[in-house]
Parts: sequence; structure tokens; C-alpha cells
Amino acid sequence: MHEMSLAEGVRGIVEETVAAQGLRAVKAIVLEIGELSSVEPDALAFCLEAVLRDTVAEGARIEIERIAGAGWCLECDRTVPLAQRYDACPNCGGYRVQPTAGTEMRVRELEAD
Amino acid sequence: MCTVCGCGSGEVKIGGAVRPRGAARKPAATRAWKALGEHQHEHVHPDGTRHSHPHEHPHDHDHMHDAEPTAAMAHVEDGEGHLHFGAGPAHAHVPGLSQAQMVKIERDILGKNDLQAEANRRWLAERGIFALNLVSSPGSGKTTLLVRTINELAGRVPVAVIEGDQQTEFDAERIRATGAPALQINTGKGCHLDADMVGRAFERMDLAERSLLLIENVGNLVCPAAFDLGEAHKVAILSVTEGEDKPLKYPDLFAAADLLLLNKVDLLPHLAFDVERAIGYARRVNPDVQVIRTSAVSGEGIAEWLAWIERGLAGRA
Ligand SMILES: Nc1nc2c(ncn2[C@@H]2O[C@H](COP(=O)(O)OP(=O)(O)OP(=O)(O)O)[C@@H](O)[C@H]2O)c(=O)[nH]1
Ligand SMILES: [Mg+2]
Ligand SMILES: [Zn+2]
Ligand SMILES: [Zn+2]
Repeated sequence: MHEMSLAEGVRGIVEETVAAQGLRAVKAIVLEIGELSSVEPDALAFCLEAVLRDTVAEGARIEIERIAGAGWCLECDRTVPLAQRYDACPNCGGYRVQPTAGTEMRVRELEAD
Repeated sequence: MCTVCGCGSGEVKIGGAVRPRGAARKPAATRAWKALGEHQHEHVHPDGTRHSHPHEHPHDHDHMHDAEPTAAMAHVEDGEGHLHFGAGPAHAHVPGLSQAQMVKIERDILGKNDLQAEANRRWLAERGIFALNLVSSPGSGKTTLLVRTINELAGRVPVAVIEGDQQTEFDAERIRATGAPALQINTGKGCHLDADMVGRAFERMDLAERSLLLIENVGNLVCPAAFDLGEAHKVAILSVTEGEDKPLKYPDLFAAADLLLLNKVDLLPHLAFDVERAIGYARRVNPDVQVIRTSAVSGEGIAEWLAWIERGLAGRA
């Protein structure tokens, strides 16, 4: 996906938080990246390392929590696990499955001084 | 530079004026943030078992401290799906004796774009402007189709165009040759338009009320899917020379569109392209997508496309 754009989004959120809360140094950034989000965690971490250079978050540890995919199958009328965004329902084989978890792309928290 | 798609920061030019990216980042007030606090997450494991737990919980982690993050680095993943990168100090979710504190944020990474997109959507709604975001791979025929659309609508509906390309004014010039106003956004290294660029374009255009605004996104089947510009609909264009499999290979883009134009159908007699298979794949990722077969050369499907636009305009006006 567009990992560099996402990394810049993370940097923007981190910089806003640092300014608003008067933080001195960011030691860790905790992200939630759902497994259906089509984001490559390795590539995102790589881009983040680059865009955080010369900020108070330079060198911060990047923690990425993956959130498993799940969806609501309209045919089966229940939640089913989804390994990929556009997979068929593992129960009925249909494609009318609305993702309910796993599409997250969020900054959850910072560890900071 | 993004190792995946090549998108990155760089100079963005809107109508020829340079805007350095990143210069306009303003800190926002903390209170404006929506802290979601404790909430439950349901985890579904590959074996089908499922459990819920609050968001804040101790995990067993595998760590990769002191490792230089590189794109080629193998990552370590535990059962809960946590990945750790970077060379920070030894990790603790709950800070111990140090001064370190955990600062809750809970914000969507693309949240800023989504906010600006909502502002754009309101701005358009106030003026009754029906905006479409045309997304496709390079060369699918977007500009040719826009030129034909403008010519067909001439005298009936005012049309304006925002053109997104990494470089050149070529497409805006092709549109202006029809007499319609067009603003070119050059994204530099960026591989998609975002809501901020489009909002700035509005300020520089004199858009008529109750008009049609056609936004031609940068040719790219990946990134434009994730960026809401404030449009009424995304329209995906797939030309028949690209292969039937594109909706499955680039599902996010085809899932984000409300209408699929299967374009350049005048070429079908020369190709082995299976139209039904392509449409089947598109409906697999997007069961409700509407499909129109079009050709700017033969004119096939153009009347149906114009009727779809006019229904949208009527819904807004
Ligand atoms: N046969 C045929 N060729 C077409 C059709 N529409 C466009 N073309 C040709 O396809 C090529 C690309 O068309 P453009 O309109 O520039 O495509 P585009 O999607 O705007 O391209 P980018 O903006 O560069 O991504 C040109 O050579 C067009 O003449 C069509 O309906 N049928
Ligand atoms: Mg074009
Ligand atoms: Zn990109
Ligand atoms: Zn089902």
C-alpha cells in the first residue's frame, strides 16, 4: 500500500501530540494495523524510521499490533473469521461478508518522557 | 521513499504553484482528540476460535531490539500478532521507575485526510456540486473519456475538471481544449491525490453551483483507494487491455468504487479478454458495484454513463 503516506500520517499525529502535551522524547510508538488493511508492517516500520529522523521520535521503538480479521456474513447472519479482506465466508462460501475487524490503521499510544 | 509504491513527500504543484509538503502541519488541541479509552477487541484466530479482551492487556512479546529496521528484515510475530521494530530501550508497556509515561492517542492514521474529505464534501454539498473521483491504472482512458463526456454534456451541465498526475500539464491542457475549466495538480513523488490537495484546488477554481466536478486521480491501482477526497462516488475504470484479473489483484480500489467502467470495449474483437469473468471478479470484491461497458472511440455505453451522471446530479440538485 502507500506505506510512506501512512508513515507521514503517523509522524503528523506524533508531532501534534508532542506539541500539545509538551513531551520531550518519544521512546516508543504503538500502532494497530489490522490484518485486512493491506499495509505491509515491515515497509511501514522502514518508512517510519526514515520520516522520524530529526524529530523527537527519532529512533523510537515501533510496536505494531496486528488485529485479526473478522467479518459479518450476510448469508450466515453471523461473524466469521477472515484471513484476507476479500475472502469468501469460510462457512457458506459466499462473498457478502462485511469486514468488522482487521481494517484498523491507528496510532494507539506513545511511550514518552 | 516508499519501498512499496514509490510514493513519498515532495513538491506538490497546484495549478503551477508550488506547495512544499509538510510545511502546513499545525498542532491541534488535545481536547479535540477522541480518546476511545478502554474497549473490547474480538480476536478471531485462524483455527476459528475467538475471544474478546480489553484493549489494555499484558502480552508476551518477541522483541527485535537493537535490530536496524530494514524492509528486508524478517519480522517476529507472536500468537497475538504483534510486531516490533526499532532500536529503542528495553520495552515495557507499563513504565517502571523511569520518567516515561504512556500517552493514549487512539487516532486513525488517515484521520486527518478523512476530516478534510468531510469538509470538502460539505463544501460541495452546499453548492450542489456532484463530484466524481476517477481511479484507474495509467492509460486506462480516463482523460479521453472525460473529454468525450464534457463534449456530450456541453450546453446542458457545467463541468470542471481537477487533473492529478505526478508531472506535466498535458491532461489539463487536453481538457481546456474542450472549453471546460481544468486545474492540474502535480503530486511530484506522490502517487495519489489527497483531500487537502483537492480542498486547495477548490479555492483556486471558480466552480459553478449545480455543476459536475470530475477529478481524475493519479493513474495507480493502489493508493487512491485509501484516500477519500470528499467525492460523491469513486468511479473505477478498467480497460480491456489490462486483463480480467485486476479486480482480484488490486481489490481495494475496485471495492471502493460504486461504478466500474469497463473501458475501450471497441478493442474486444482483437483481444481474448473475458468480460463476464472480469465483472465476476469485480463483484467478488464488491457485490453491489454497477458496471457500464464504455468506449470513447465507438461511443458504446456513453449514453448509459451520461444517464448515470445525470441521475447523480438530480440527486444533488
Ligand atoms: N481503442 C481505444 N483507445 C482508447 C480509448 N480511450 C482511450 N484510448 C487510448 O488510450 C490511451 C490512453 O488514454 P488516456 O485518456 O490518456 O488515458 P488516461 O487514463 O487518462 O492516462 P493517464 O492520465 O496517463 O493515467 C490513448 O492512446 C488513447 O487514445 C477507447 O475507448 N478505445
Ligand atoms: Mg489522463
Ligand atoms: Zn503510494
Ligand atoms: Zn457465510
